[in-house]
Amino acid sequence: MDLLLTQVFAGLATGGIYACMALAVVMIYQAIDHLNFAQGEMAMFSTFIAWQLIQWGIPYWFAFLLAAAVSFVGGIVIERVLFKPLHNASILANLVGFIALFSILNSGAGYIWNYTIKTFPTPFGHTNLFGGLIDTHEAGMIGVTAALLFFLYAFFRFTRLGLAMRAAAANPESARLVGIRVGWMTALGWAMAAAVGAVAGMMIAPVVFLEPNMMLGVLLYGFAGAVLGGLTSPLGAVVGGFLVGIIENLAGTFVPYFGRELKLSLALILIVAVLMFKPSGIFGRSVVSRV
Amino acid sequence: MMLEVEGLDAWYGENRALYEISFGLDAGHIRTLLGANGAGKTTALRALCGMVRTGGDIRLDGKRISGWATEDIVRLGVAHVPEGRGTFVRLTVEENLQLGAMTRHGRAEIAADIERVYAQFPRLKERRQQQAGTLSGGEQQMLAVGRALMLRPRLLLLDEPSFGLAPLIVEELFAILRRVSEETRVAMLIVEQNAALALDLAEHAYVLETGRIVLDGPAAEIGADEGVRRSYLGY
Repeated sequence: MDLLLTQVFAGLATGGIYACMALAVVMIYQAIDHLNFAQGEMAMFSTFIAWQLIQWGIPYWFAFLLAAAVSFVGGIVIERVLFKPLHNASILANLVGFIALFSILNSGAGYIWNYTIKTFPTPFGHTNLFGGLIDTHEAGMIGVTAALLFFLYAFFRFTRLGLAMRAAAANPESARLVGIRVGWMTALGWAMAAAVGAVAGMMIAPVVFLEPNMMLGVLLYGFAGAVLGGLTSPLGAVVGGFLVGIIENLAGTFVPYFGRELKLSLALILIVAVLMFKPSGIFGRSVVSRV
Repeated sequence: MMLEVEGLDAWYGENRALYEISFGLDAGHIRTLLGANGAGKTTALRALCGMVRTGGDIRLDGKRISGWATEDIVRLGVAHVPEGRGTFVRLTVEENLQLGAMTRHGRAEIAADIERVYAQFPRLKERRQQQAGTLSGGEQQMLAVGRALMLRPRLLLLDEPSFGLAPLIVEELFAILRRVSEETRVAMLIVEQNAALALDLAEHAYVLETGRIVLDGPAAEIGADEGVRRSYLGY
């Protein structure tokens, strides 16, 4: 029983990270109809920026906020320079754009900070809580991701800018007719996705360690979460992310032979299964298009 | 004149949809663009909002707005109720109305205007927290007009407001449009298939045929001319 609870809490902690990655993917998907395959590399790069700032002696939380802010601006720059010109281009052209971004960030990080694995600090420490049920860093991950997700919910639900972003994503032409600058809403979506990814990266880095490929598995789980919840639903992405985190930990512990090595294939199995049996996900709606 | 259009051309890709049409409109007045399907009525409205590639001259209060981005034209007070109503179907009725005032400032004034729209369209008030996509066609058209009024427009463009509505609802809607025009002095340009209805509301009419204005005159005269009615308006 204790083992089960421990694994559920561990699953919630990593699930929060997957939820953030899934949400970042869905935010961009809603705005431009493409999956951002470089979302993980963006988060990785942001985490390296935070690491560098901490190395320079900047206190953790300042480095945390600064890295998120730099990522926010970076997201706008990426959208303006790379994806705005691809706005009306084919899916393949966009895909190449994502691969380019992926390679640039991955190799760039390797070039600047090299490929040796680095430790990343946690401000929460690693003390056991509740008799070993959860450790302080895991509790911190849950707290930070929950706060971030709540903040995003409030932003989209209760502010005029959030409403404008939702409108621009749902119906760009009508949004223009009420005076919304749709292009800038897309850029803002990229900015927020980049910042959310940065937070996820900084929270998971103490667990998976810092190196240019650290986010590959994390993004895969994030994709699984987004697909499970439904790519058209931000709420679904968040729920899906948490579910994937819990499933991953339970399967890794209780299913024989699954263990650590096969855990990653679980994400792929989930993606394939959802796409086969319920392509719109738990919360998504099926998209009907007139041809 | 508040709106002056001179030699307006419009293209969809390589296809030319309008041929040097000219018309105008003043504050507090209602004019209508009539014509058969494919005559270019919708294109003319879209051209005014920068939604298609255009040539020629569009002036609003003497300011040349041809080639401007849609968002910037809207900011001058041009509200457009597009073909198909442009409803944000996943958002609530109230969010749709708030979006109409997106370019305005002043929370209290906007809230008061939402109440004013509700007073004009009580059905919308009953459904304020409902997803707009669940509304009936008539209610969605009321919502589209309400959303356009939330801009406090100087120029209101309406694309087939009667489309798909029951006759009683159409009557109600047009009575409201007439009242809004008198109360707010907004200039209205209405595109309609239902020529009899539009000629009744408007003072002046333009008849389009294959992208050209072929007739232009007071609504009463155009409606009274049986030859015109038969050959262009189909009733």
